[in-house]
Amino acid sequence: MPGAEFGAEVRQHDSTGVIDLHGEINLGADQALNAAYDEAVKGDPRTVVLNFDRVDYINSTGIALIVGLLARARKEHRSVSAFGLSEHYRQIFAITRLSDFMGIYPDEDSAVTATAAAST
Amino acid sequence: MTTIPSNLRRVLRREPRARPTTEPVAAPSERVEAPPVEIAPNDPLVAYFSGATGAVDITTLQLDSPALEGLREAGIKLVVPLVSQGELIGLLNLGPRRSEQEYSADDRKLLNDLAGHAAPAVRVAQLVREQEAEVRQRERIEQELRVAQLIQQQFLPQELPDLPGWQVGAYYGPAREVGGDFYDFIKLPEDQIGIVVGDVTDKGVPAALVMATTHSILRAEAPRLVGPSEVLTRANELLVDEMPAHMFVTCLYAVLDPATGRLRYANAGHNVPYVSTGDGVTELRATGMPLGLLPGMAYEEKEATLAPGDTVLLHSDGLAEAHNTDREMFGFPRVAALTGEASDGEVLIDRLLKELAEFTGPGLEQEDDITLVTIGRRGTGTDDAPADTPPAAPAERELTAFEVASELGNERQAIDKVAAAVAGLGLEGLRLERLKTAVGEATMNAIEHGNGNRPELPVEVSVVTDDTDLKVRITDQGGERPLPEVETPDLEAKLAGLQTPRGWGLFLIKEMVDDLHTAVDEHHHTIELTMHLKEAPDARS
Repeated sequence: MPGAEFGAEVRQHDSTGVIDLHGEINLGADQALNAAYDEAVKGDPRTVVLNFDRVDYINSTGIALIVGLLARARKEHRSVSAFGLSEHYRQIFAITRLSDFMGIYPDEDSAVTATAAAST
Repeated sequence: MTTIPSNLRRVLRREPRARPTTEPVAAPSERVEAPPVEIAPNDPLVAYFSGATGAVDITTLQLDSPALEGLREAGIKLVVPLVSQGELIGLLNLGPRRSEQEYSADDRKLLNDLAGHAAPAVRVAQLVREQEAEVRQRERIEQELRVAQLIQQQFLPQELPDLPGWQVGAYYGPAREVGGDFYDFIKLPEDQIGIVVGDVTDKGVPAALVMATTHSILRAEAPRLVGPSEVLTRANELLVDEMPAHMFVTCLYAVLDPATGRLRYANAGHNVPYVSTGDGVTELRATGMPLGLLPGMAYEEKEATLAPGDTVLLHSDGLAEAHNTDREMFGFPRVAALTGEASDGEVLIDRLLKELAEFTGPGLEQEDDITLVTIGRRGTGTDDAPADTPPAAPAERELTAFEVASELGNERQAIDKVAAAVAGLGLEGLRLERLKTAVGEATMNAIEHGNGNRPELPVEVSVVTDDTDLKVRITDQGGERPLPEVETPDLEAKLAGLQTPRGWGLFLIKEMVDDLHTAVDEHHHTIELTMHLKEAPDARS
């Protein structure tokens, strides 16, 4: 049973690049996720926000992709925030300590507000 | 024979070659090599040369020494001992000077200097040569070991017999220097089965070859003759003619009728089997000489009946005669006692090996092959269960069992099917999500690492419960591969680009479930995920 294919769209919210993720984050998400990140940082934002609202599955390879994305952002001196994670994946982000390196927010407004406040 | 004389024998006499440039016409034919002189290790000359401080004029030397005479007869006038680190390693033997004059003080000084420089070099050359010989010898031994192991493995059963109502277990652990143990199960007429455990004296290739011969003889004769006494008598007759000197074979041969539990047996000098019964441990004794020693031997045949719950242990010397660091023996009484304590054959083998490992301690090389065979008759009901059987674990019921092909993405099928199977067990919400993540990761591991992404190899999934725990078993065809130590990934290192961002699977599995076990056999690798159904209501969330 093939899962929902991964996709990502990028939009600007204030001066923040928001990536709307949907489907499954697994090995197959690699290219689309990186392309979305490239798109999101075109305006050289201080912060990239990941929207997990419509993500229904993240496996260990997906975690690795997010780690890779976070590593890239840190190299470029950008911060990464996330919102829309289910309780289960919030726990996984805590267990893997990803949440020590990225802000986790309940919704988009709080994520964008917090990042805007942090960058002023 | 010591090394000194053999070293000395190689030293040849050479005419002095001082100042070759002043004697340009020295033709090769003028160089004379004296025949080697034998010097016995206890010849007083050896001690004399060892203590000499330089060149020795042997024409005037007063010593009662056969070797001295030999040197003189060979025309030697002057001997310069080659001494390295106080050890006499060779001699520089010289005949008369060509000028027919005596050796001068200058000549002697030159020769002493030469000997002083040459001795360490000669010693190094000798050591290198010894070292090379040792390496060649070691390689030869290793090669022999490999051949012996190969022969041994060829003749061990590939699988255990499937006897309804019986539990058959076997373990064979070769020593590094293969010892010649063997065991076998032979199909006999009327659904009987022959059980063989044997041990060839000696080790290595000779033992393996005798083992192979014995194995073949028993395979050929047992189905024809059946009776244990007759089979061993015949095997002895055939082996006596074939057996190399100083070798023989101990062998226990038993015939089991699985329908009745009747066990007939004869013993050619092998360890006495133990039987765990409801009334304690008994021994299966029968007299007989080892095979291949003497012609015309007779073998006593006895029989016993195995009741439900009884387990027989056949065992080779490697177990009872193993030693610990204090040179104490593991001992037959201990083997017998452990046999009485075990609830079944598999448990018994595991227990014996565990106790042995504790007894010998780590790092001690196994002295001899260890062979263990257990034959246990299952209890027919609770009434038949022996008194020492521990209370049975709650029965498991299988909720589902299925296979998925080894293609990445199929872990989602496994997740969905497991989730459907456990519906109604009370595992809900976050704990169900945790199980699903663990099932997904374990299935991915099985697909990728166990089955190498080969779609034709199935990943087998089964879900069972005993109403206390839920267990999901995920099996691949990757055979024995230990579960690597589960380490917490170093996120800082990954973020700094010092490590691959991957490597989260096993860590996630361990964090998601209440318990994690693996089991392996030759062909399969199973990971068992356990979630408690009753206690610990999501202690981790």
